[in-house]
Amino acid sequence: MAHVATHEEDVLIKEHGWDDHFHDHHHGDKYQSNFISHYIFSMDHKIIARQFLITGMFWALIGAAMSVVFRLQLGFPEESLAWLKPVLGKWIVVNEAGIGTLAPEFYYALVTMHGTIIVFFVLTAGLSGTFSNLLIPLQLGARDMASPFLNMLSYWFFFLAGVVMFYSLFISTGPFAGGWTAYPPLSALPQASSGSGTGMTLWLVSLTLFVVSVLLGGVNYITTVLNLRTKGMTLWRMPLTIWAFFVTAILGLLSFPVLVSGFFMLMCDRGLGTSFFLSEIFIEGQAMEFVGGSPVLYQHLFWFLGHPEVYIIILPAMGLVSEVLSVHARKPIFGYKAMVYSILAIGFLAFIVWAHHMFMSGVNPFISNFFVVFTLIIAVPSAVKVFNWITTIWKGNLRLNSPMLFAIGFVSLFISGGLTGIFLGNSAIDIQLHDTYFVVAHFHIVMGVAAFFGMFAGVYHWYPRMFGTFMDETMGKIHFWGTLIGAYAIFWPMHYLGMAGVPRRYYSFGNFDAFSHFDDMNKFITVAAAIVFMIQVLFVINFFWSIWNGKKMKTKNPWGATTLEWTTPIEAGHGNWPGKLPTVHRWAYDYNKDDREFVPQNVPMAEGEKAGEDHH
Amino acid sequence: MTVGNKRNRFHPQMFALYIAFASIIMMFGAFTSAYIVKQAAGNWLEFSLPTIFYISTIVILTSSLVLHMSYSAFINGQERKYKLFLVLAFLLGLSFLALQYLGWQELYAIGIDLKGSISGSFVYLISGVHALHILGGIAAMIVAMLQAFTLPYQVTDKRKLRFQLTLHYWHFVDLLWVYLFVFILLYR
Ligand code: HEM
Ligand SMILES: [Cu+2]
Repeated sequence: MAHVATHEEDVLIKEHGWDDHFHDHHHGDKYQSNFISHYIFSMDHKIIARQFLITGMFWALIGAAMSVVFRLQLGFPEESLAWLKPVLGKWIVVNEAGIGTLAPEFYYALVTMHGTIIVFFVLTAGLSGTFSNLLIPLQLGARDMASPFLNMLSYWFFFLAGVVMFYSLFISTGPFAGGWTAYPPLSALPQASSGSGTGMTLWLVSLTLFVVSVLLGGVNYITTVLNLRTKGMTLWRMPLTIWAFFVTAILGLLSFPVLVSGFFMLMCDRGLGTSFFLSEIFIEGQAMEFVGGSPVLYQHLFWFLGHPEVYIIILPAMGLVSEVLSVHARKPIFGYKAMVYSILAIGFLAFIVWAHHMFMSGVNPFISNFFVVFTLIIAVPSAVKVFNWITTIWKGNLRLNSPMLFAIGFVSLFISGGLTGIFLGNSAIDIQLHDTYFVVAHFHIVMGVAAFFGMFAGVYHWYPRMFGTFMDETMGKIHFWGTLIGAYAIFWPMHYLGMAGVPRRYYSFGNFDAFSHFDDMNKFITVAAAIVFMIQVLFVINFFWSIWNGKKMKTKNPWGATTLEWTTPIEAGHGNWPGKLPTVHRWAYDYNKDDREFVPQNVPMAEGEKAGEDHH
Repeated sequence: MTVGNKRNRFHPQMFALYIAFASIIMMFGAFTSAYIVKQAAGNWLEFSLPTIFYISTIVILTSSLVLHMSYSAFINGQERKYKLFLVLAFLLGLSFLALQYLGWQELYAIGIDLKGSISGSFVYLISGVHALHILGGIAAMIVAMLQAFTLPYQVTDKRKLRFQLTLHYWHFVDLLWVYLFVFILLYR
């Protein structure tokens, strides 16, 4: 498959490479010498990437298992959950008849933890942490991140955040239970609910540590992209993956600090008696002292992060998908520059739409109009991207392997979920749809499942780069079809629930006759969720099985890709390239050009050859 | 520790520091916007800021200037002056914190406590979180002093860069305070 044989490529780098005297100093070895510094406190971006990935997978399993448990309660309220007692202990209440039910407090705790874990730990750290770390230095031709030390700290802050959150699952009052958005008053008054006490304190500590991790990572990613590109790697020659990680890091760096401001104010309300977010509250008939605060203020601060956060999640997935589609369609990405401008436009617009989450929170309807308009404008760059993905694979020579299938699945999901966003973005329609299962369906499809698909595409595609072997294709295909069909089975029906007004975050609909005809639909959703969960376990098995038993990677560039990460040795050591650094002579998408199947970025231009899209 | 290509005039670590500034600005931007929103909602207690805050502002500005002179002395081979001014800047930084503390006491004395009114809460919160950022600068200066007094005097690229990082951070938190102070003065 590979046209340029391995040894020729080495010659390429030797002749055209750029000697940065990296290996003269031997600084690589001093922190790579033993097991602990190599695999645990590693500063090598390739190891850190795998640490993020495996930690993310751990959390994904926990977060997903939680959703199965609360779905079982919701879909089958009469069935006994007593069999979960060994795991959940007192949170399963068994009545005289021996029927075990999930305690309502813990139902809310599970919903909250599910959201927090998946959004932050899996789809932020696990996705952008993994692939930014792996690909930024490798695709740019850099030896490592700008500061490998801060990079290591970034992982360990994430790890610590995880430890604190994990611990909060086991305390006697339970973890925080007021929803992943942590609105006051439930989050501000320790006595408001059982999870609002220690559980919420730990939630705040954990997420503050998490923000530190994001900021340390982000500073590094941005600095690396702007400063450490190899010779010839102009901004307009960067693969779309890098553009996506770059803009993601900027979004994170500018929006997470605002969340921390909100957290500090929340901490003051909780511990020091201030009333930033609290006003005239009664608890159990007792008037509290708080006056003059506003819970809507917290919502503004939260969603100023919250909306960019959804793009922090989806942009890296978009970048990975663009790359995978182009490689496996054997065609240049369609409209490279339009793709870059769309990423930038989405990044910019992401900052001025946050109040579309608050149409029903009592914000001024005239101000809402402003947010409606900008929200709907986001559909434009989103549509540009969708169009370009479809035209990229149009009439391509498609290899329908696991990474490609997941990338195509991503496009499908992003369309389905994006369309419902346009309904929600209209503040008038949102009166009916807000806080119903329609919203749950919207964001799970467009963000949850789509981002997971982007991540899966990335894992299957770059797995050989990370572990030197391939994942099993049969298991991969079962994983893909099961997840795609299963995910639509779970979330499609939710739109109907939501249009009928079924509210989200309810423990039981037993008291609502109007919703009783949805009982079977709820059962169906629960069964689908359980099956999809089991299929993810198959993925995890495939992942670990393939590290040792997968097909070995025999050539450096098994996919016939053009980007630089495939020019390093199969066992790339510290510093990534053994000798000189490769230099870049073209954009990243020279597929099927002038009778050549593909031309890597480090191959010099032939005489009279016209550049791809890069220098128009 | 940096794996740089040494291609740029602007050192990557310096670059990273400036990106971190953007984050810090967003954080305080959030506080001050929340302040404006809350104030517009009414029910706002007006009071004058403690006079000590004027003094602390002068002190922190002086500290910045002195640290800058220490840096100039450092690169110009004036070892004694460099060390002296470094210590001086550090002491001024500490006195800034002490003065802020006295300012909070003055506020408390006129009846503005942490929880009585939201305007008061904001002043404590904003100056308090700012003080935390000053502590970061103090820590950096302690490291700088340790190096100044334990390592033989020598102007290397690495030490110059370290000094510059400390210096720029210190200027930044200093200007940040000026911004916050003027902001609260104007939006009472
Ligand atoms: C055309 C693009 C989109 C539009 C117009 C749009 C619009 C909206 C609106 C108006 C809401 C609030 C609904 C409500 O609470 O009543 C919403 C919720 C949400 N959207 Fe979107 N959206 C779009 C794309 C996306 C994308 C790409 C993502 C993520 C990658 C996303 C993630 C979310 C999330 C997480 C929520 C709900 C958060 C919560 O309440 O828990 N949306 N969307
Ligand atoms: Cu949004």
